[in-house]
Amino acid sequence: MKLTLKIWRQENANAKGKMVTYPIDGVEGDMSFLEMLDVLNEDLINKGEEPVEFDHDCREGICGACSLQINGEPHGPDKLVTTCQLHMRSFKDGDTIVIEPFRAKAFPVVKDLIVDRGAFDRIQQAGGYVSVNTSGNTIDANSIPVNKHDADDSFAAATCIGCGACVAACKNASAMLFTSAKVSQYALLPQGQVEATERVQNMVRQMDLEGFGNCSNTGACEIECPKGISLENIARMNREYMSATSKG
Amino acid sequence: MSVLESKIPEGPLKDKWTKHKNDINLVNPANKRNIDVIVIGTGLAGGSAAATLAELGYNVKTFCYQDSPRRAHSIAAQGGINASKNYQGDGDSDYRLFYDTVKGGDYRSREANVYRLAEVSGNIIDQCVAQGVPFAREYGGLLDNRSFGGVLVSRTFYAKGQTGQQLLLGAYSAMNRQINRGKIQSFNRHEMMDLVLVDGKARGIIARNMVTGEIERHSAHAVVLASGGYGNVFFLSTNAMGSNVMAAWRAHRRGAYFANPCYTQIHPTCIPVSGEHQSKLTLMSESLRNDGRIWVPKKKEDAIAIREGKKKPTELSEEERDYYLERRYPAFGNLVPRDVASRAAKERCDAGFGVNKTGEAVFLDFASAIKRYGKEAAFSSGNKNASEAEIIKLGKEVVEAKYGNLFQMYQKIVDQNPYETPMMIYPAVHYTMGGLWVDYNLQTTIPGCYAAGEANFSDHGANRLGASALMQGLADGYFVLPYTIGDYLSKDIRTGKIPTDSPEFDAAEKDVKDKISKLMNASGKHSVDYYHKKLGKIMWNKCGMARNAQGLQEALDEIKELREDFWANVKVPGAAEGKNAELEKAGRVADFLELGELFAKDALHRNESCGGHFREEYQTEEGEALRDDENFKYVAAWEYKGNPRDAQLHKEELDFKNIELKTRSYK
Ligand SMILES: Cc1cc2nc3c(=O)[nH]c(=O)nc-3n(C[C@H](O)[C@H](O)[C@H](O)COP(=O)(O)OP(=O)(O)OC[C@H]3O[C@@H](n4cnc5c(N)ncnc54)[C@H](O)[C@@H]3O)c2cc1C
Ligand code: SF4
Ligand code: FES
Repeated sequence: MKLTLKIWRQENANAKGKMVTYPIDGVEGDMSFLEMLDVLNEDLINKGEEPVEFDHDCREGICGACSLQINGEPHGPDKLVTTCQLHMRSFKDGDTIVIEPFRAKAFPVVKDLIVDRGAFDRIQQAGGYVSVNTSGNTIDANSIPVNKHDADDSFAAATCIGCGACVAACKNASAMLFTSAKVSQYALLPQGQVEATERVQNMVRQMDLEGFGNCSNTGACEIECPKGISLENIARMNREYMSATSKG
Repeated sequence: MSVLESKIPEGPLKDKWTKHKNDINLVNPANKRNIDVIVIGTGLAGGSAAATLAELGYNVKTFCYQDSPRRAHSIAAQGGINASKNYQGDGDSDYRLFYDTVKGGDYRSREANVYRLAEVSGNIIDQCVAQGVPFAREYGGLLDNRSFGGVLVSRTFYAKGQTGQQLLLGAYSAMNRQINRGKIQSFNRHEMMDLVLVDGKARGIIARNMVTGEIERHSAHAVVLASGGYGNVFFLSTNAMGSNVMAAWRAHRRGAYFANPCYTQIHPTCIPVSGEHQSKLTLMSESLRNDGRIWVPKKKEDAIAIREGKKKPTELSEEERDYYLERRYPAFGNLVPRDVASRAAKERCDAGFGVNKTGEAVFLDFASAIKRYGKEAAFSSGNKNASEAEIIKLGKEVVEAKYGNLFQMYQKIVDQNPYETPMMIYPAVHYTMGGLWVDYNLQTTIPGCYAAGEANFSDHGANRLGASALMQGLADGYFVLPYTIGDYLSKDIRTGKIPTDSPEFDAAEKDVKDKISKLMNASGKHSVDYYHKKLGKIMWNKCGMARNAQGLQEALDEIKELREDFWANVKVPGAAEGKNAELEKAGRVADFLELGELFAKDALHRNESCGGHFREEYQTEEGEALRDDENFKYVAAWEYKGNPRDAQLHKEELDFKNIELKTRSYK
């Protein structure tokens, strides 16, 4: 396949960025999207140009490092996959592909296609945990039975990979889907009940402080989320938040 | 040759750890506030160690090269974590877990360490559940288990195909709690480039801020290396793109012995290589071997027809298939340990029975499991006369619930539907049992420098059993290291802050800067990947699943040559100031080019076959590994002496008091 790539290039956080066009040839359907960029980079390096920087690590859809806004969609056209799992067979010869970083005020660009998602860490630090000591003085695991459906729902919420596609998909750059996934994981388990009130309040407060936008229930986040995190989590978080604020 | 001091406590096996904990010196809480600990790595080992150390009161600094601690490669572990809970009542016990691990490791691990691992394993599950890790459960609300290779009990706890993710997010949440309390400072996108020794003790590190390019000094009273494994020395592996040996290797260059570098695990069930552009390999979890049956065609003609696309695997009848693991190993069948399963696949493919274009793939088939589960489901839902189609539909649902995300991953990569046609799999580099030598306290040969998780060599001998790395990482981090390190730190309560303006820090920083400028100023002929791929080919062909003296000798020389070429001619574009992915890669590949040579040297010196180390010269008539306990029942710990090939061997003799050495048999 022959393709035309239009890629956002930006030297660093303070520099001005611009779109640069690169033609690329010899792309095969079996290549992943990132392997296609590897080929481009190898070519750029051999020509004495600077390669395009992008975040990636596991390349199997689990670490949440890869991002990329591809033709306007976070993680590209396929549903339920991350960019690293997107394969070139989803494109056809002659296509033009526009590649940009995830755009959000709370995700400043670091370089080229890399953004800083530290805000997500700080939301988790504000309360995304159960306050038990880790030195091993706990009760036997099976003394806390959990209804299988609750356990499965909690697990489903916990599979969020923290990629930020939900934020990039949202016209308000809201982080509700991400934050609600963590809140839900604990809200559905008995272990999470004790601190439920503080947790949801602290995490939502931090989310607002980071400059993420409000949720207007458009649902773009759920459509673009590579892990199928459900909007029900946002509803659950809203309920948790309401009941927390009414408790004071 | 000196004898390494393993510091194994006296007394009966099952009392050693308890007794040791009672004997070691403690640091009182007020003094802990004056003690700093650096933890390199935020995977299961580093993340859990950082959390417990901070909780105990130490000031902790963590470092990782990713943008968030949550992305460490532990996140990718799929299948599960072992613990000897015996919830299934199938006869499991600490002893059995200990026994399985020592046997699985082909009798090349330290008894006392493995027993401790088994002993604390149950507590890991308790801990994780208390933290809100959503493990799989049965309808009664209790925890579910599955089986992994090399064992006859069900002791593996799991969270669908995302066990590593859930456990790591648990450790990350424990870290976050401590970050929020101000007890952990987390340095992300920071790479450790060197270890700093003051008066022979590890007292800090030199790190590169990967965003600004700044070279930073960080001091501490002790340094914990939990930087993961070095499988990427093969270029293609199931490790993350950034997984590397830099932290461990730089410590090795400063005096930490490197143990058993040649013990590598080649995992039997990975997605086969598809082409030259391939950047990494994807694992299909071992848990699939619970239900998947591995086979190749019995007749070569069929294999050829399948390779050429003229026949479909589903067209072959049962009689035309060779379920070679079930045939060769009736007792364990598809659940033999990884090294055995990998070699058996290679044997069939080398003999011409491979089933994909390159001839390097075998089938992993779920058709029988789908039928079996379908029947069960139909029966228990009251549908006693279910049709074939109904049974298959129900069966697919059960299989989807168990392995859904793995099947989806497979379909995305290979573009085939594994519910309809068998998966194709082939072995790939997955895990490294070798690593920094540590004593019972997890201390390396440098005082104050500790190693945990995959970065150390400790518990798996020459072959690791499935679901045991997660167990080891969390055991080291949550429950072992935070206590054993106290014994060392108790001598540091009056030391005070370690200054970073000492000549030792000056010298280490200069070394790092010189190295970077050398990389930036090489002649610029070839990219870093060019060298990494070349190294990978040498490693796979000559130090891979089967090795021989001649190949290893060649590898030694070829790697040395490639390294010299690299330093003269590598091309690193851009500037050292600021984000530079090529420079990051160059630093890692430079270390792989040294490690690779030591790897070959170690493999060459070990004139026996054991676990993942298979020397073609040493095999039984049936092609099984032939150990030599008389001459090689030791850990090979290598001391750095300049060139990797000049490394000096130190032997830690292994003493088996509680287990009888036997030839491993899974027949
Ligand atoms: C695909 C896959 C599936 C697996 N499935 C299973 C399973 O089901 N069960 C099981 O028991 N095991 C499994 N394993 C093995 C297991 O996941 C790993 O052995 C284990 O997670 C390693 O944990 P760790 O904490 O030692 O290292 P890692 O999780 O690899 O963490 C390494 C850390 O070190 C940091 N680091 C590295 N170098 C530097 C440096 N120079 N400077 C700063 N930081 C650095 C990294 O940023 C990272 O934070 C699997 C492995 C893979 C690859
Ligand atoms: S909710 Fe989905 S899109 Fe948002 S961070 Fe999590 S996985 Fe990514
Ligand atoms: S690189 Fe890890 S999710 Fe894509």
